[in-house]
Amino acid sequence: MKYTQGLYPIIEKKAIALDTYSFTLYCPEVADIAQAGQFVHILPENYGLRRPISIAGIDPENGTLRIVFAIRGKGTKALANMNEGQRMDMIAPLGHGFTLKPDAEHVVLVGGGIGVPPMLPLAKYYGNKATAISGFRSFRQVILQEDFEQFGTQVITCTEDGSAGAVKGFVTAPLEQFLSEGIDAVYACGPLVMLKAVAELCIRNKTYCEISLEERMACGVGACLGCACQTKDEKGEIHFQHVCKNGPVFKAEEVLF
Amino acid sequence: MADLSVNICGIDFKNPIIPASGVFGYGREYEEFYPLSKLGGIATKGTTGKLRTGNPAPRIAETPSGMLNSVGLQNPGIDAFIEKELPNLLHKDTVILANIAGATAEECAEVAGKLNDTDVHMIELNISCPNVKQGGAAFGTSCQMAEQVTKAVRNATKKPLVVKLSPNVTSITDIAKAVESAGADAVSLINTLLGMRIDIKTRRPVLRNNVGGLSGGAIFPIAVRMVWQVSNAVKIPIIGMGGVSSGEDAIELMLAGASAVQVGMACFTDPYAPIRIINEMNDFLDSQNIDTVREIVGTVQPW
Repeated sequence: MKYTQGLYPIIEKKAIALDTYSFTLYCPEVADIAQAGQFVHILPENYGLRRPISIAGIDPENGTLRIVFAIRGKGTKALANMNEGQRMDMIAPLGHGFTLKPDAEHVVLVGGGIGVPPMLPLAKYYGNKATAISGFRSFRQVILQEDFEQFGTQVITCTEDGSAGAVKGFVTAPLEQFLSEGIDAVYACGPLVMLKAVAELCIRNKTYCEISLEERMACGVGACLGCACQTKDEKGEIHFQHVCKNGPVFKAEEVLF
Repeated sequence: MADLSVNICGIDFKNPIIPASGVFGYGREYEEFYPLSKLGGIATKGTTGKLRTGNPAPRIAETPSGMLNSVGLQNPGIDAFIEKELPNLLHKDTVILANIAGATAEECAEVAGKLNDTDVHMIELNISCPNVKQGGAAFGTSCQMAEQVTKAVRNATKKPLVVKLSPNVTSITDIAKAVESAGADAVSLINTLLGMRIDIKTRRPVLRNNVGGLSGGAIFPIAVRMVWQVSNAVKIPIIGMGGVSSGEDAIELMLAGASAVQVGMACFTDPYAPIRIINEMNDFLDSQNIDTVREIVGTVQPW
């Protein structure tokens, strides 16, 4: 794994939904090597710990990286208050990303809330071979649906209250439909309860599935062992792995929820 | 360029800065940023007799000017350390302090004994981990227990023995004196202070272990005070730590009596922190026309 630390200028900032921001950073050496599913570790000014944020866009030609995050506390609030021209202190790219399947004919990308952004680099790779099922609480949280469409990816938007999108309810209903028709892979990121439901459906249908986890982190590179998650191997033995280095992407059947 | 080299228990360090045990793993992850040979030494992740899986997550919580952790001594065990990690570390041209721990004095002695046949430079005996139920801080908070475990490890090894002390005690000087009399060659302090945070919406502790060790800038003044008190109480050298994040902090801890300085949480804020601290120490010494860092150790002029 190759990663660097640096101060990278913000070249575009957009507020894209309630308390949710999109930043584009100029960081050619990171954009050159970053992969779908990896994350960046950003230090808010005057804080001691960095914030892990998933990568929402990789553009090696323009040397840029896009991140999308929601304000969750004071640290992400401080990051959201940064502006174009300022520089973000970032360690990147980190973690183990999604496995890309060049021969796949149809994959489904399942994102829940702020778990939607890491699905975008997968949409860029799979284009019209992907369907993006995105779930949100209501229309206020809906993000990035037009970005998926730009890549030719089929978009299915779900809201719990039915205030936006074609589906009222959870992402699992449309996912079950696709699973029954037969698909090559499912990739998912979002709340733990959603990931658990997605993983169970895929395992039951014997469909390849990878999920991206999050956990409170300190070092971000695999040294401090702060971001432990429990996994089981093929023999059923239980291990502690680390979201920052072994993940954030794991195979669905590995993760103990 | 000031002379930053120090000597502790007969071991030469090219500079006094050592990433603290627990923040730096076995060095592999930080080698991606800079050569480990730039460091004075490395205190490796606390290692026990057998593999330990550690505590459930969340293990990390941010606090004002600091953080809590409850990793719980997750490590692959001493045999895996000696076989898979130590050979790599010993080629890095820096002093390796093998941090060891155990649930019993016998386990600590067994782990230390296994390091006898290796070329590890020093042993740092952790009698102060707040995150494990057995051993850990239980050794570090009673003079009798601290003496007993230090003696057991002393008898098991001829390597220079550093005993890492807990700040969660009424009198750290009494503990320091106890381990000195039991044969410790040096002491390192302070380990983390026991702390707790609660999520006020869920009414659950942020850490799954409920409580954890507080480190970072918030504990720096406590570290300065304890290093100063211990330096007045024992004759053996002190490796100081606790919230050091700048060259100025490291100088301050050395004035209080530390012969070398470990860097913990600052590595998370800035992976280059140990390197920056070394440079800042040099700049300060040059600006004060001080030739060698050794001459400042313990030279605070108390009122």
